[in-house]
Amino acid sequence: MTNEEIKAVISEYSPEATFDETGTWLNVMIQATDWLPLAEALRNHSALDFDYLFCLTGVDWKTHLSVVYHLTSKKYGHSLVVKAKLDDRNDPVIETVCGIWRTAEFHEREVYDLLGVRFRNHPDLRRLFLTDDWKGFPLRKDYEDPINMIKL
Amino acid sequence: MLSIAEIANSLQQWLMATFSPGWATLIEFVLVGTLVLSFFAFLGLVLVFMERKVSAYMQLRVGPNRVGFRGTAQTLADTIKLVVKEGLTPDGADKFLFNFAPFLVLITSMLLMAPIAFAKDFQIWDINIGVLYISAVSSISVIGVLMAGWSSNNKYSLLGAMRSGAQIVSYELSAGLAIMSVVILVGSLSLNDIIASQQNGWWIFKGHIPVIISFVIYIIAVTAETNRAPFDLAEAESELTAGFHTEYSGMKFALFFLAEYVNIFIVCAIGATLFLGGWMPLHIGSWEGFNHIMDFIPSSVWFMGKTFFLIFVIMWFRWTFPRLRIDQLLNLEWKYLLPISLFNLLLVTFIALMGWHF
Amino acid sequence: MLEEIGTTEQGDLVINVGPQHPSTHGVLHLVITLNGETIKKVEPHLGYIHRSIEKMCESLTYRQFIYSTSRMDYLSAHMNNHACAMAVEQGLGLEIPARARVIRILMSELTRLASHQLWWGAMAMDVGAITPFFHAFREREMINDIMEETCGARLTMNYMVPGGVMFDLHPNFQVKTKDFVRFFRSKFDEYDELVTNNIIFQERMKNVGRISAEDAVSFGCSGPVARASGVSSDIRKLAPYEGYDQLNFTEALETAGDNYARYLVRMQEMRTSLSIIDQLIDNIPEGDFQAKTKAVLKLPKGEYYSRVETARGDFGVYIVSEGGTTPYRIKFRSPGFSNLSALDHIARGCKIGDLVAIMGSLDLVIPDIDR
Repeated sequence: MTNEEIKAVISEYSPEATFDETGTWLNVMIQATDWLPLAEALRNHSALDFDYLFCLTGVDWKTHLSVVYHLTSKKYGHSLVVKAKLDDRNDPVIETVCGIWRTAEFHEREVYDLLGVRFRNHPDLRRLFLTDDWKGFPLRKDYEDPINMIKL
Repeated sequence: MLSIAEIANSLQQWLMATFSPGWATLIEFVLVGTLVLSFFAFLGLVLVFMERKVSAYMQLRVGPNRVGFRGTAQTLADTIKLVVKEGLTPDGADKFLFNFAPFLVLITSMLLMAPIAFAKDFQIWDINIGVLYISAVSSISVIGVLMAGWSSNNKYSLLGAMRSGAQIVSYELSAGLAIMSVVILVGSLSLNDIIASQQNGWWIFKGHIPVIISFVIYIIAVTAETNRAPFDLAEAESELTAGFHTEYSGMKFALFFLAEYVNIFIVCAIGATLFLGGWMPLHIGSWEGFNHIMDFIPSSVWFMGKTFFLIFVIMWFRWTFPRLRIDQLLNLEWKYLLPISLFNLLLVTFIALMGWHF
Repeated sequence: MLEEIGTTEQGDLVINVGPQHPSTHGVLHLVITLNGETIKKVEPHLGYIHRSIEKMCESLTYRQFIYSTSRMDYLSAHMNNHACAMAVEQGLGLEIPARARVIRILMSELTRLASHQLWWGAMAMDVGAITPFFHAFREREMINDIMEETCGARLTMNYMVPGGVMFDLHPNFQVKTKDFVRFFRSKFDEYDELVTNNIIFQERMKNVGRISAEDAVSFGCSGPVARASGVSSDIRKLAPYEGYDQLNFTEALETAGDNYARYLVRMQEMRTSLSIIDQLIDNIPEGDFQAKTKAVLKLPKGEYYSRVETARGDFGVYIVSEGGTTPYRIKFRSPGFSNLSALDHIARGCKIGDLVAIMGSLDLVIPDIDR
């Protein structure tokens, strides 16, 4: 499926999505609230069939956070990058996609652990790498740790 | 010709002549006890060294080669280290059972030493039910293993002990049935009678294919009974860290270790006695000249040679095969080895009845 | 923690496997719930070797951050570096010399061989055979020697830099590599005799730890784990880089999805790597080993993602640049992390001994998972 066709399908499900084609893959920018229906569509739409979530991560943009999903289809071979924007930095919430791509369970725990994004309806949202009593989220840009962090 | 039996006899005559019969017997007891203990320690040293060298050469290494002549004193150094180490007892352990278990295992293997004929007419206790005694006493060691695993208050130990219990109890059946086939052919439970019956050829040659099958089953079963790889599920390093002796340290651990090696020696000695003629030299039917030459090799050398050959085979297994899983292990015993040995026993009985063996 | 360790109400036995356990290959901590010997649940606890490499990289320049990736999947150090170098080159729009490309492929394939050899030994050790480990190390030692001569290190190798490779090949490289390939081919049958064809080994591996193709995709499995289930996932074929598309090789695929299939896929991959080395070793082009780059690298604002096929699977580097000399955000997509997430699904209903075999067949490298 070409990028144009993918764009057309995505626009059906989330009309507010914006696109960026400068990189290797097609980028889709959406609001976090639009994510779950779009995700289900991406996975279940017979012409899209994005069954392989190979990377899930988050970025702290200082003003807002975004969660980035790298998807590909094993059947058709096309890839897509979805960037969901989370406006509230103090309590970023997005819907989980554990039920759609099972690998998301671990990846979302990692993003929660390091960036503090809460995934709604996640079955087991706990810290993954850091200890349970850790304060703060290290990958945020405003994270301070006077003991362990060395400023260059 | 000077033989071990003659030395023992002259020693006894000297004791009898010098002391009153009561004292003489007492001194003999002490002497034999000391001898068994030192033999025990010596065996441990030799077998551990042997295992390390055998494994080293199979694994493209040279093995211990620093302490003593070509590393021969390495196990002695290790023993000294283990003796001076602290023997920890975990807090939650059942102290009495925890400390008693290694001794139980060790005493069991010591008891098994009694009826073995090490050379011609050289035996601690010539008991007329030797085979029965061996199979009865060897079953006790599983209690020691279970005791160690349960009293450690450690889940790995418990799992190891349960595995070991299931395994030893099952494989004893096959080992026992394999031994029975020779007993049926000889018609006696005494180890001396069994050896004497192999005057004109060892049972493995005389007894046709059924005895060879028995021998193979015996080797498999005793490998399992002594918890050696590929049946080392009770220890299973990569699964249960160290199985039933996870919590043991220092000399208590060393006792388990020692008992393992002495057990290997004993099962191999019994295997050599039953199937390979014990101290009996290799005799072939009526070849008088050949038999006469073989008689020049001392009987103790024959016995030790056969035993160590079997020990080498068991070590070879360990360093070649992967480990079985617990259900495969029990399947092997109950679905294959046991039916085969039962049927085999029937065949042997038939051969014995018809007198078809040589 | 004590309550967690104790036996739960339903009569289940909860055991902590690790972080110090002989078969977790590092500091992985699994809390397993047992019913007798049968596994009901496996819960991985990670982070014992978490160094927050992604955070560290945010304050390292584009030349510096590559070196920290050798410390992640230390068995695929070259390939990790390769992915990072490619991501930076992608940002700079850099064309790298033909010689550097071939050197990179050769080094990657040698690393893959070394990694698979270590896995082979460890796999056999997990199911209880200790001897193969030493046999595997005999051959691995030769690769380590080759690596030592050319890039100076034996384990955490840093050789690939943006623009090419750091130094030219050592003069002995071709001779030694050919010697190694010849020697290894002659020993490969020994591998089969000792382990592959062993009846106990096959019994332990076949029909154990099965994962279907759909589940493998859903769990994001990659590398040999996915290929053993019949999912084509070789980045060298799907998205060829550095001229892999000009080479003649086939992707190893199995369909059974069990431990044995994963084993066979890796064995097949070793043969593939040998054939790739054969194709290239006499055809290393002359020329520069490094493209000319500026002393200080600055990536234009944007996002760059590069993928390579490491010994464990699809390794990705995601760089978000704000135009400075350091990455704004960097994410390493490690193959082991996704493969580990399938462990619970695979291991349920197996025995404890199988869990160890499954972990061996997934080929987990803990620093790669924890990062």
